[in-house]
Amino acid sequence: MSATAEHIARYNFAYLDEQTKRMIRRAILKAISIPGYQVPFASREMPMPYGWGTGGVQVTASIIGPDDVLKVIDQGADDTTNAVSIRAFFQTVADVATTTETGKATIIQTRHRIPEESLTAGQVLVYQVPIPEPLRFLEPRETETRKMHALEEYGLMHVKLYEDIARHGHIATTYAYPVKVEGRYVMDPSPTPKFDNPKMHMSPALQLFGAGREKRIYAVPPFTRVESLDFEDHPFQVQTFEEPCALCGGTGTYLDEVVLDDRGGRMFVCSDTDYCEKRQASASALLGEEDAR
Amino acid sequence: MYVAVKGGEAAIRNAHRLLADRRRGDRSVPALTLEQITGQLALAVDRVMAEGSLYDAGLAALAIKQARGDMIEAIFLLRAYRTTLPRFGYSRPVETGEMLIERRISATYKDLPGGQLLGPTFDYTHRLLDPDLAGDEQPQKPETREPEEGPLQRVSDILAHEGLIEEDGVLSHGGEPADITRTPPDFPLGRDARLQALSRGDEGFLLALGYSTQRGYARSHPFAGEIRIGEVEVELDVPELDFPVPLGRIRVTECQMVNQFKGSMMAPPQFTRGYGLVFGQSERKAMAVALCDRALRASELGEDITAPAQDEEFVISHSDNVQATGFVEHLKLPHYVDFQAELGLVRQMRAEFEERDRASDHKEAAE
Amino acid sequence: MNLDAATIEGHFTDPVLDAQATFRALTDVMARPGTRAENFPVANPPAPLSSQAGAVALALCDADTPIWLDSALREESAIGGWLAFQTGAPIVREPAEAHFAFVANPANLPALENFGQGSQEFPDRSATLVLQVETLSRGEQLRLEGPGIETAAMLAPHPLPRHFIEQWAQNRARFPRGIDLVLVSAEGVAALPRTTTISKEG
Repeated sequence: MSATAEHIARYNFAYLDEQTKRMIRRAILKAISIPGYQVPFASREMPMPYGWGTGGVQVTASIIGPDDVLKVIDQGADDTTNAVSIRAFFQTVADVATTTETGKATIIQTRHRIPEESLTAGQVLVYQVPIPEPLRFLEPRETETRKMHALEEYGLMHVKLYEDIARHGHIATTYAYPVKVEGRYVMDPSPTPKFDNPKMHMSPALQLFGAGREKRIYAVPPFTRVESLDFEDHPFQVQTFEEPCALCGGTGTYLDEVVLDDRGGRMFVCSDTDYCEKRQASASALLGEEDAR
Repeated sequence: MYVAVKGGEAAIRNAHRLLADRRRGDRSVPALTLEQITGQLALAVDRVMAEGSLYDAGLAALAIKQARGDMIEAIFLLRAYRTTLPRFGYSRPVETGEMLIERRISATYKDLPGGQLLGPTFDYTHRLLDPDLAGDEQPQKPETREPEEGPLQRVSDILAHEGLIEEDGVLSHGGEPADITRTPPDFPLGRDARLQALSRGDEGFLLALGYSTQRGYARSHPFAGEIRIGEVEVELDVPELDFPVPLGRIRVTECQMVNQFKGSMMAPPQFTRGYGLVFGQSERKAMAVALCDRALRASELGEDITAPAQDEEFVISHSDNVQATGFVEHLKLPHYVDFQAELGLVRQMRAEFEERDRASDHKEAAE
Repeated sequence: MNLDAATIEGHFTDPVLDAQATFRALTDVMARPGTRAENFPVANPPAPLSSQAGAVALALCDADTPIWLDSALREESAIGGWLAFQTGAPIVREPAEAHFAFVANPANLPALENFGQGSQEFPDRSATLVLQVETLSRGEQLRLEGPGIETAAMLAPHPLPRHFIEQWAQNRARFPRGIDLVLVSAEGVAALPRTTTISKEG
């Protein structure tokens, strides 16, 4: 027993071995120089399941250094179990500082949301991507979709979106809404709600996308055009909510619906917990000042 | 007042403690030792090594224990560990013709040089639960016989001698075998990359696909030319030495299927092959791999692709159980942000639908 | 292989963290063309391969990335030995086979189109050229536009390959195919991804 236990190797800084990091780093650099193009990479098995952020984790592990401050969110929240688990992983293998504050993070790994607070130059947003191929649901074969990207043949996507309009009166895609990057590649923004799409456009932050199981890395450099696909007679629109956040009173944020009872009682609260808490804190600080007067 | 859910960290910690408790089970029962697992659940260990792509029985046993016997979880543990290992070099191809054979059977010949060797097989056991095994009954010592002098000729070599079977495939790209753990798949794959993927593919998935070819979905008229199980030497070429350095022996199972013959006006008829090689003793897997290998050679052999087992991108993209289980199970992760987006749209469309309905009712009433 | 001290020495002080810092600096400048990374980790390759170029090699090259050297670097046999020993990368003679090219004398560089451009399906399978330049600020002022740049950025590297502006325009026109440039100097490191549009200022 102890013989087996003893010969288990020690893990490297940030878990991945150096050769793997080099391979991923080369892929990231090429991804940056070809915005929106999916670079194939030899994704590794990670110590968390495929589909649970292995692509994002490999990207983060390859870029992170001891001076970084890491924030991890899932559904916009820092306290969702998978976000907690990934944050704990990097604390263990890279001994890195972590934060829940968007403004203080140098690297933000996310699943399904872009923070409400504007990102700044020097920050890196790492998306976990389940299916990186925006054309996958129209054409399941990689061999075919690769040709379509090579030939910039995106007619099928427009047909699909237009069929939605014909059938439902709306483009029926509400998340993972396809975008065109710098006028060339159609890209899957990962399953963020389309509410977040405009935040990708001309963002000062570097956006990196990792799909572990599908073995793809792609990127949107800072200040890069990211346009949601639409039609002149059906322009792209983001979701709007009728009421403000029940906790911070904020409007113009993406809200989660919370079911309160079995009689239809529900409330809407910010999905970005850091943003919401900051607003609540500043509101109560303001209240405190008024009381003191 | 409503307070957002907190405590993910504590919840995870508690879940891990409970898992550790359930894994250990009744404390008055002695814990399983790894020796017990490698010795008495050897075929489970073999499967974990094969699909985990790491030949280390001790670690595989540890993974099985840690996974509470969940095989795919154990395979996953071993894979995640394997990823972190530095690579020292590439061994020479193992020579299965030189195998120290424990089992060797052929369905294509009644008898052949070296004979049919049943070895430790379930094949002719009656599947009657054995109450003696509930205790620690000592089995009889096995019969052994002197090993044959020299290597046992492969059945495929017997056929090749007459020119009746196609040659072994040759490696493309200058003799460098592909490495699916180092390069992302680029379809269509070479047969080398495909066989690697099949070798670590899920036993159940490949079994079902292999079975489907027998039922007519890409029928290939297979005969089990030979199945052999035993130990082969792993050798490494070291630049400064002019002889290969032996690293040790591993147990493997090899299956050579003899399939549907081919021929044309130009080429004489010959049988084709399907091939399977896996770590450990795993006949079912090796046979399934050989059936799938043959089915996946359809375009190479000029056959129509009509069945799932022939569709390379479909088979290889879905054969890895670590990938499959991860993505299926990721559906348990929260998706409420996306669901909210869908909910919003469906509510809006329903409102519009009802509005239209009311409008048309109103119109009808007016007419 | 000649294993003398110059071959064995000159790696990063901390191979893991220095490689990370080098890569991160490269990411920053590749993502923001026109910006410079100044605190670049130090490597000590044999001259005339510069410290910064050496650091790029240590951070990104290995057995999977064939390297091409320009004649100034090829003539110094210690450099090939150092790269082979430190990174394991094969040194190739044909520019088209290289994933990375290291260039001590950019003015004599063969035309950019001789290097791997990638294919329309796999434009990432293209070369990254590392040019050692004397300066990033005192050459002719170049105006940069494109992804990574909010409006426009300036860079003034010298020396550059012959007819650089025209060659670069052709490289840009081949998008998504094309090569990417890393410019290293004692002043720091900058990059020009294939997406950048370059014009002469004024």
